[in-house]
Amino acid sequence: MVRALLWILAAILLGGIVHLSTVLAMPQAAKQDAYSRLVPLTPVNAMVPLAPPAADAQIMPFMDPAFAQAVCRYDLAGGSLKLLAPVSQAYTSVTFYTRKSVAYYAINDRAAGRRTIELDLMTPEQHAAVPEEEDVTAADRLIIESPSTMGLIVLRALAPEPGLMPMVRGALAAATCSIQPAQ
Amino acid sequence: MGPQQFRAAIRFNMRLLFGSCFTLLIAAALGLGATWFTLTRGVAFGSLTIGAWTAWPKSGSVDIDPYARASIARSGELPTGTGDGVAFYAHTDDQGNSFDGRCSFTISGLTPAARYWTVTLYDPEGRLVANAIDRHGFTSEEIVRDSEGHFAINVAPLARPGNWLPTGGIEKFVLVWRLYDTPIGVATRTTKEGPMPAIARKGC
Repeated sequence: MVRALLWILAAILLGGIVHLSTVLAMPQAAKQDAYSRLVPLTPVNAMVPLAPPAADAQIMPFMDPAFAQAVCRYDLAGGSLKLLAPVSQAYTSVTFYTRKSVAYYAINDRAAGRRTIELDLMTPEQHAAVPEEEDVTAADRLIIESPSTMGLIVLRALAPEPGLMPMVRGALAAATCSIQPAQ
Repeated sequence: MGPQQFRAAIRFNMRLLFGSCFTLLIAAALGLGATWFTLTRGVAFGSLTIGAWTAWPKSGSVDIDPYARASIARSGELPTGTGDGVAFYAHTDDQGNSFDGRCSFTISGLTPAARYWTVTLYDPEGRLVANAIDRHGFTSEEIVRDSEGHFAINVAPLARPGNWLPTGGIEKFVLVWRLYDTPIGVATRTTKEGPMPAIARKGC
């Protein structure tokens, strides 16, 4: 009897280990995460608009159909990245995701406070290499540090009513992201 | 070693073999079962529930917990970033009746402070639902309000006057209320700070 209980206790402990390790391994093992879904649709280090979600076709689950979206799938190995995004009439936001879909930074047009959202994305090493006086003189220069070399920048612009969607998509089409060669 | 000791040794080894096989099987079933359960049911820590609506504000930041991280990796979605907004999910009405697309529901009441909000109807896998008028949700700008600024959304399989959000008659649906540029988030604790709209079933 005692022995059977010990076996069961061992099973529960081992089960707990299996559970925790599978949960922790999931982001590494997932084949259909957002980044993998976007690989065949987006080039590296270029801003491309995403097809709007429809009932029979959508790139990712739970996309907001009121928004036009554009994605820049980045790789900072070749240098830092400059993002320029014109602000649409209603509401525009930029969200930065790691390769594993963790949203590490997000900013909206009001917080950015300009007609154009202008950001520099770099790895912590590249940020450390930026000359200090340049950092100070360009006080309004917004620098974001990416925790991973690869990731996603998602630009979202709201169409307050469906009729405004073509205009919003047009505004998004002017957004760019490009690698800045190291000086 | 005598024959009696030999038999005892065999019995001991057999018990060890059965015991460890049993333990490993149970462990695998328990562990994988718990993982599947938590990832499909959307278990995550730090949830914020207001009425029928639940949000996970931390999922839009680097403070995301391992369960939400695993669940997002599995589903393939990109969570709403904290500096962008917050998404509230509802699977039932205020009484706990699950969202059946063959029934009709009314959403009405107050919304928390936000520059814009949108409400969208999905199937449980996060896909939009096909319908005749190609309507999948409303934004705060396009919704029809009465003279006092109040609104009511009719979520129903068949056409309704006013703000009709079609369910397409599917068995189960999910509503997502997204607030953009809002103070609601990780620090929100009370319902007073974030009054979310009430949901009531009107009939089936």
